[in-house]
Amino acid sequence: MKRSTLGSWISVAIGAVYFLLPLIATFEFSLRLKRGVYSFEAYRIVLTDPSFQASFLYSVVLALATIVVGAVIVVPTAYWVRLKLPKMRPVVEFVTLLPLVVPAIVIVFGHLRMYNSQSILPLTDSSFGTDLLLTFGYVTLSLPYMYRSVDTALAAIDVATLTEAAESLGASRTATLTRVIFPNIRAGLLSGAFLTFAIVIGEFTFASLLNRPAFGPYLQLVGANRAYEPAALAIIAFVVTWASLGLIQVFGAARKGSK
Amino acid sequence: MGSETTGAPVERTAAQGGRPSPGRGFSLTWLGVVPFFVFATLFLIAPTGLLVVGAFQTADGSFTLANLAGLLHPSIVAAYVISLEISAASALGGAVIGFFLARAIVSGGLPGWVRPTVTTFSGVASNFAGVPLAFAFLATLGRTGLVTWALMEWFGFNLYATGFKLLSFLGLTLTYLYFQIPLMVLILTPALEGLKKEWGEAASILGASSLQYWRMVALPVLWPSLLGATLLLFANAFGAVATAYALTGSSLNIVTILLYAQIRGDVLHDQNLGYALALGMIVITGGANVGYIWLRGRAERWVK
Repeated sequence: MKRSTLGSWISVAIGAVYFLLPLIATFEFSLRLKRGVYSFEAYRIVLTDPSFQASFLYSVVLALATIVVGAVIVVPTAYWVRLKLPKMRPVVEFVTLLPLVVPAIVIVFGHLRMYNSQSILPLTDSSFGTDLLLTFGYVTLSLPYMYRSVDTALAAIDVATLTEAAESLGASRTATLTRVIFPNIRAGLLSGAFLTFAIVIGEFTFASLLNRPAFGPYLQLVGANRAYEPAALAIIAFVVTWASLGLIQVFGAARKGSK
Repeated sequence: MGSETTGAPVERTAAQGGRPSPGRGFSLTWLGVVPFFVFATLFLIAPTGLLVVGAFQTADGSFTLANLAGLLHPSIVAAYVISLEISAASALGGAVIGFFLARAIVSGGLPGWVRPTVTTFSGVASNFAGVPLAFAFLATLGRTGLVTWALMEWFGFNLYATGFKLLSFLGLTLTYLYFQIPLMVLILTPALEGLKKEWGEAASILGASSLQYWRMVALPVLWPSLLGATLLLFANAFGAVATAYALTGSSLNIVTILLYAQIRGDVLHDQNLGYALALGMIVITGGANVGYIWLRGRAERWVK
């Protein structure tokens, strides 16, 4: 038994070194902007850069729009499938997993072909149309995570009984969905939402190929032109990812506690 | 998106039955999933389908196999090969290291705090990809990176004198491992939990060593999960664009970068050849995923 514990410690230690070393190196590098002394100068430059603020804000708004559109599409579908169409479940599940099969760059290539200026629905003609297309693209990317989170949350509640109870009290279908089902799957929905946020906030391929001023292309641009600022941005991106996913843990724990 | 009215057309049916019953009006139930399928068709299935069709068309729309034949051009074959190599190496490396890490936290007899720490960290690290990951590895293993410096300073080892580059097979594989290992840990932990304690106890009562237990009991049960997860990791690496693109400096012709350049500026001078390039990618990642789904089906047979 002793030997196997040692082996386990070695595995965890190797993992820890592999994951912490780049973080430490990046952090150290981000402090090196001023010659000879460690300073947070790179962070100051980045955080006060107007294009940083603009692109970050743009991506935050886009992430929120993605979460709202995604929830509006996924929640009623997952609810309806569980309640009325259990036989459709494998089909719906398969479609939600497609974005893991088809690489993002292929999906956006398809969008560019289908919605370009010569097409019937030329979404890429206006910047609002392109923003819309980008949001829908991000919704497809988030489908696997959103659907799984929501469906798992729905599995934990008795959908049929809750629906019958709401209906016998005179609730309409919409009221049942917004006032009974939504609150009951809030934790699952939130975990899908934060995961979506983490994916969308720094996404590069879609935003860059659709030519939108998002945070991902901004990161790439800074990376191509600056030395120390990219390291500071990487640390900021890591903190944002950590915060998004940390919040899932917090809400997940809160749900378990309340049950 | 019209989804607010999802239930409206079927209200009457639902109010009557409560539960699905083959009564009258039942056929309208499917309307509830229409918004989802319309969305999926418009933004997922049709765009992908258009590319697949385009791969078999000439510029003026007639049928041809010339685009697929065009994929055999040496520079395109080379791009596919290097992409396949990096994806395979990072998937295998991620699978092996991830397996040991997952085993350590599930059944390694470590203190209670280790497991939640490792899983939380894996959740974050598996999502820490794209451009920032490239920056992190430039700061670590780049020419002025901390590890490069430490190797030189402490061991007198000049990494770059060996011809090492981040934008190479080895460099990109090392970088991809940063999200591949944690992904493997996340996928494999539930499978390892499915191994019943009694199997280990029974094996050890019968005098099996730990190695014999893994070789003759655990691995035969686990291998579909292991191999399936490896295939998922493979597809994950194969579709990655941003990390490689952000590691500027020299150019490494992996297939996603080639496709990216084609979409931006038509480097192949043939739009339909670009569609064929995309089709090739779908076939490869699709194949990996079909393998994953099939193997997961096999794995569930044992774990349940």
